[in-house]
Amino acid sequence: MITHYGYIDGSGEYFIVIDSDKCSGCGKCVEICPQKALLLQTEFIDLEDKTVAAVSEEHRKKIKYTCFPCKPETNNTPCANACEPKAIKCNWNPK
Amino acid sequence: MIEPSKTKGAEFWRWQEYNRIMPDKKFTNKDLITAGVDVGSVGSKAAIMINGEAYSWGITRTGSNSPESATKALNYALMGTGLKSSDLKYIVGTGYGRVNVPMANKAITEIACHAKGANYIWGPSVRTVLDVGGQDIKAIRIDETGRVVSFLMNDKCAAGTGRGMEVFADLLQIPIEEIGDISLKVDKEPEPVSCTCVAFAKTEAMGLLRKGWTKEKVLAAYTRAMAVRMANLINRVGLEKELVITGGQSKNIGIVNRIEIILGVKTLPMPKWREEGGLDPMVAGAFGAALFAKALFEKAQKA
Repeated sequence: MITHYGYIDGSGEYFIVIDSDKCSGCGKCVEICPQKALLLQTEFIDLEDKTVAAVSEEHRKKIKYTCFPCKPETNNTPCANACEPKAIKCNWNPK
Repeated sequence: MIEPSKTKGAEFWRWQEYNRIMPDKKFTNKDLITAGVDVGSVGSKAAIMINGEAYSWGITRTGSNSPESATKALNYALMGTGLKSSDLKYIVGTGYGRVNVPMANKAITEIACHAKGANYIWGPSVRTVLDVGGQDIKAIRIDETGRVVSFLMNDKCAAGTGRGMEVFADLLQIPIEEIGDISLKVDKEPEPVSCTCVAFAKTEAMGLLRKGWTKEKVLAAYTRAMAVRMANLINRVGLEKELVITGGQSKNIGIVNRIEIILGVKTLPMPKWREEGGLDPMVAGAFGAALFAKALFEKAQKA
C-alpha cells in the first residue's frame, strides 16, 4: 500500500510517499530524519499487523515547512537515501 | 434525544438517521455473524453481516462521545433483527473514532475498510474510491480484491466536506437532502468560490448573498469548488476506472455530477439505497469492517 502523507494547497503539492509493501520496518529513516517527522507504526495489511514507517500526524499538516530543509524536490533526502528497499519517495511540486 | 420530526424546519442540516434489515435473509446459529462499526466525525454507521453478506445496518449522528455513538449505532443495526450483541462473533471498529469503539475486537483504519466495502457494494471492477466524509476526503486506489494499492488524504484541512455542506444547509435554510438538486438549478455554472474553508464558509456565502446571488448560485459555486478539490486529489492518486464515491457526500448529486464533469468519467451507478435491499454507500466503511471481522474470525479459528 502506497500512502501519500501531506497535502495540496494553493502553493503546490507536498507529499512524502511511503510504500508499506516495500518497507521493512527497519527504522533507519526514523533515526536519520533531522526533523523527527517519521515514526514506526502498526498497519493492517492482508490480515496481518505490520510495523512500517510513517509521517507523524503532527507533521503531516505542515510538511511543506518540516521537510523543506532536506530539499525534497531533489528526492535526494536523508530518509530516501537511508531506505534500502527504496520505500520512501518525495513528491514535491511547488508552483 | 431531539426528535427530528418535531424540530424540522429549524434544523436544515439534520439528515435522516435510519436503520434497515435486508429482506428474505434468515440465519441459524451455524452462521457466522460479524459486525463493523464505523464511527465517523459526523455519522456513526454499524453493519451486521451473515457469512459475509449484508444483513442489517444503522446510521446515527456521532455525538460528543465516541463509545456512546458506537453503541448507539450498533444497537440501531441490531434493532428488530432478533440478534443480541452477544451473537456477534467478531466486531471490527473503524473510522475517526475507531480506538474508542468499546465492543470491538480490533480496530482497522477506515481506508482499508472503505476499500473493502466499495469492492463489496459495486464488485471487483472498482479501481478508484473517493470517500467524502464529514471531516476529510480520501482518494483510494484499489485492486480487484478490494486491497488498497495507493492512498491519499488531504491532511491539511477539512475544506470541502460533509460538515461544510451542513453549515451551508443551515445558512441557506435548505434541507441537507435537497442541497445537491438545488445546486444544479443554475442556468450557467458560476465560478467556484476561492475559499472552501468550513470556518470561513459562512462569511463567504453571506458576502455572495449580499451581492445579490441566488441561493442556487451560491450553492453551485461552493459545490463546484469542493468538486474541484476532490478531483485534484483523485488525479494525484491516479484515476483509474471504475470510479465510485462512498461516504455521506455520495448522496449529494451536485457533488457527484460535477466530479464526473471535471474528470470526464462516469461513476458507477449509485445503489438504490432508499429502497428495500439497496446497499447504502455511506455504510461502505462498516461493511468493509464487518468483512474484515469475518476474515479475522476465520483466521483465528484456523490458528
